[in-house]
Amino acid sequence: MSGRDTVLGKIRASMRVSGPDAERKAAVASRLRDTPTGVIPARADLPAAGQQELFCAMAAQFGASVARVNDYREVAAEVSAYLRAHNLPAEIRIGADPRLKDAGWDLEKNLELRHGASDGGDLAGVSHAMAGIAETGTLALLSGPDNPTTINFLPEHHIVVLRESDIKGDMESVWAMLREQKGKGVMPRALNLVTGPSRSGDIEQTIILGAHGPRALHIVVVA
Amino acid sequence: MQLAAKHFKASASKALLDAQLQKALGNVEKGFIGKRQKAADALPEFDALRDNARDIKNHVLAHLDLYLEEYERNVVAAGGHVHWAETAEDARRIVLDICQKANARTVTKGKSMITEEIALNDHLTANGIEPVETDLGEYIIQLRGEYPSHIIAPAVHLNKDQVEGDFRRVHTHLPEGRDLSEPVALLSEAREVLRKRYFAADVGITGANFLIAETGTSVIVTNEGNGDLTQTLGKVHVVVASIEKIVPTLEDTAQILRVLARSATGQDMSVYTTFSTGPKRPDDPDGPGEYHVVLLDNGRSAMLGTEYQDMLRCIRCGACMNHCPVYHAVGGHAYGSVYPGPMGAVLTPSLNGIEETGQLPNASTFCGRCEAVCPMRIPLPKMMRHWREREFERNLTPLTSRYGIRAWAFFAKRPRLYRLAVSFGMPVLSLLGGKSRRLHSLPFAGGWTRHRDLPAPEGRTFLQEWAQREALKQGSGH
Amino acid sequence: MTSSETRVARQPRVGLFATCLVDLFRPSVGFASVKLLQDAGCEVHVPVAQTCCGQPTYNTGDRADTREIAEQVIEAFEGFDFIVAPSGSCAAMLKKHYPGLFKGNADWEDRAQRFSDKCHELVSFLADVMMVRDTGAALSARVTYHDSCSGLRELGVQQQPRKLLANVGGLELHEMKDSDVCCGFGGTFCVKYSDISNAIVTKKVGNIDASGADMLLAGDVGCLMNMAGKLKRLGSDVEVRHVAEVLAGMTDQPPIAGSGK
Ligand code: SF4
Repeated sequence: MSGRDTVLGKIRASMRVSGPDAERKAAVASRLRDTPTGVIPARADLPAAGQQELFCAMAAQFGASVARVNDYREVAAEVSAYLRAHNLPAEIRIGADPRLKDAGWDLEKNLELRHGASDGGDLAGVSHAMAGIAETGTLALLSGPDNPTTINFLPEHHIVVLRESDIKGDMESVWAMLREQKGKGVMPRALNLVTGPSRSGDIEQTIILGAHGPRALHIVVVA
Repeated sequence: MQLAAKHFKASASKALLDAQLQKALGNVEKGFIGKRQKAADALPEFDALRDNARDIKNHVLAHLDLYLEEYERNVVAAGGHVHWAETAEDARRIVLDICQKANARTVTKGKSMITEEIALNDHLTANGIEPVETDLGEYIIQLRGEYPSHIIAPAVHLNKDQVEGDFRRVHTHLPEGRDLSEPVALLSEAREVLRKRYFAADVGITGANFLIAETGTSVIVTNEGNGDLTQTLGKVHVVVASIEKIVPTLEDTAQILRVLARSATGQDMSVYTTFSTGPKRPDDPDGPGEYHVVLLDNGRSAMLGTEYQDMLRCIRCGACMNHCPVYHAVGGHAYGSVYPGPMGAVLTPSLNGIEETGQLPNASTFCGRCEAVCPMRIPLPKMMRHWREREFERNLTPLTSRYGIRAWAFFAKRPRLYRLAVSFGMPVLSLLGGKSRRLHSLPFAGGWTRHRDLPAPEGRTFLQEWAQREALKQGSGH
Repeated sequence: MTSSETRVARQPRVGLFATCLVDLFRPSVGFASVKLLQDAGCEVHVPVAQTCCGQPTYNTGDRADTREIAEQVIEAFEGFDFIVAPSGSCAAMLKKHYPGLFKGNADWEDRAQRFSDKCHELVSFLADVMMVRDTGAALSARVTYHDSCSGLRELGVQQQPRKLLANVGGLELHEMKDSDVCCGFGGTFCVKYSDISNAIVTKKVGNIDASGADMLLAGDVGCLMNMAGKLKRLGSDVEVRHVAEVLAGMTDQPPIAGSGK
């Protein structure tokens, strides 16, 4: 017998199930079909502007810095200003996200853009998030050529651009967006929910920001 | 390191005398309890979410076979592979096989209790493959040749100067003048060393906090980012997870995520919650070329349908040990099992048999603080008591306790005899107490009087006195 | 007549389950309980067929003996309107654990459930059922209160003793750090794992000392004896009493530990 049959057989034997088992199958099918939501905290049950404010406040509370700009064309200037303020070279690693094609890069002559996945040599990376979750100040990032996953983790400074209108109240709203974009039951290879910069408390339970992932997370919200 | 739950009592007594350990254990209370409380208080729906999280897992356990099949279908649809392991040995063999097929020399590892459970590192090492732990805490204990003393804070039993000593011993490239006295310096050093290892590794191995049936997704919840580097940079990603990690949908995952980090570290969300589905896609610039999931049973299926089934709701948040007075006193290693604290006291006998592990469910005051904070509302004391019942039924209870308790029961079931016995006994004890009204030592109560006095009884029993007063009242009434 | 009318019509009949530790070691808590219940308007009975609630056997895994003990307690007490115990842990045993002992035994399960519904811990019974606000006691003392685990977590006893103590004339409550953390007693635990128990009670005694109180109160004689034993061994003169003694104004009996100044 294969490991699969043995394990499933043992489970069924412990649960004393046999026969067509229609009722249990129906219960599973309906849960997978209906995806009931359960308890959603009222915290983020706010009008859009309130959700955006809450998102920025929560993200800041968990150690990210947040800047707001009025237009995609202002993104490059914000990135440059961030790099300067942190004494970083004017270089960034960035993917192929079309939303960042025309982000004012032409106005920042000195800024060098390196495209594609990070090889670990980058000090700063720029990504575009799919969504923000106001409830906890969390970013949702999707893998793919537009935003290679390595950019989320390898550079010391991670700058994430987020469209204001993509800020949602809760995780469940992001699941709804995902299903709309990809189809039900379909996921990108990686969906990263990111809440603040990396940290560790493994030595004497002292929390230190900047562990193996980025030491700093900077969020640029575009109106 | 040898695991030895049957030596719990001796290990515990040793731990109590270990000054370094006692100092480090202070960080458990300081580091977790207040933060959890604050996070829970800040979310009015916290208890409702706990109820729902419990209900979701109960639903999963009642339909586990069906959800596992659905999960497998969706992993395969996304281009991944699913392997079923009935035992720890099966799981070790499967993982080794994947590594060998990938010609792996080194593998990086995200923090995973399940690979501790199956003792994977020793097996890989024995077969010429070097496992590299990348979580800071795990990395430290790997340097020391230890095993984790806590399920989410593996090195909580250590102080920073001990860690500094280990780094200096192993990182021979370190110049002597380099200051490593602060945790932040130690972390930077580990980060530098490990950076190279991620890129050199052929396979990345992680555990999973959840397996989502709806999408065939594995989820890891971390703070350091090491788990993500492990699974993104390796050519092959292997997920080792036990069968009860299944949740039906993304919505259900969100419910449990809301209680997980709050209960564990007091964060609203951990820094990285990563949903992985299958290997690198055709247009992906990064990610693993192969994606494997090893589903481990190792005794869990046998817990279904028994009084231990509720234990399978556990999400390994660590809150029960963070709040356990016994854990605070002796730390995780004293338990002599992979899983320490209250959850370990219930789970370990299920995995390894009660014969060798019987001390663990006995080493509890039943104070109930673990159950009070468990996000999945697992009745831990009740299940420890069930283990004591199994022991008693099978005559595994130590003879002195067994005889003592049966003697007590003999009298407790016979009120008249009981009255007679205590009417002699208590005045004697009272007399022994003398003027100071305390007993400094008693031959049959050494466990008590070794560390404390026994307050002497007042003399006559309450029921004797009561009967006499009532009789007097009746008499004067006539 | 329905039973609620009966209740209004006459004094509630209360069976006092004294608990084995009160019976054997601290009779004055029994008398304090009787006084508090009578002052609250109850008719108090003390059935002689009581020994122990069965926790020692229950927590050792001896279910059969526990069941027999439980049957005996139920038989002796089920005729009362209420069953009250001056101990959170014994009351929790009666209220929360008895029904489960008879799972699958239809007659006894129902009977145990009806019995359990009427069981209460003393102080919460006074405050929540008899609506006592002030017991009329006075005592000039700086006290600290330890929340015994079962009463706190299984029965929700926390505010009731504090509210009643607040109305004891002259008494000041000084909360200790971690008042809701176990004292390390745990019934047979404290003798089976005496070293661990000692570490836990040592921490507890440190918190008691640091509170600045000169009297320690709690609602369980087991925990009190444990803490008292440690305090005595360390030479502390913090006075140790059951909360009922203070609420009943019956503090003439020497304390469980302490000089009583
Ligand atoms: S038993 Fe509960 S508290 Fe303990 S680790 Fe599991 S989920 Fe967390």
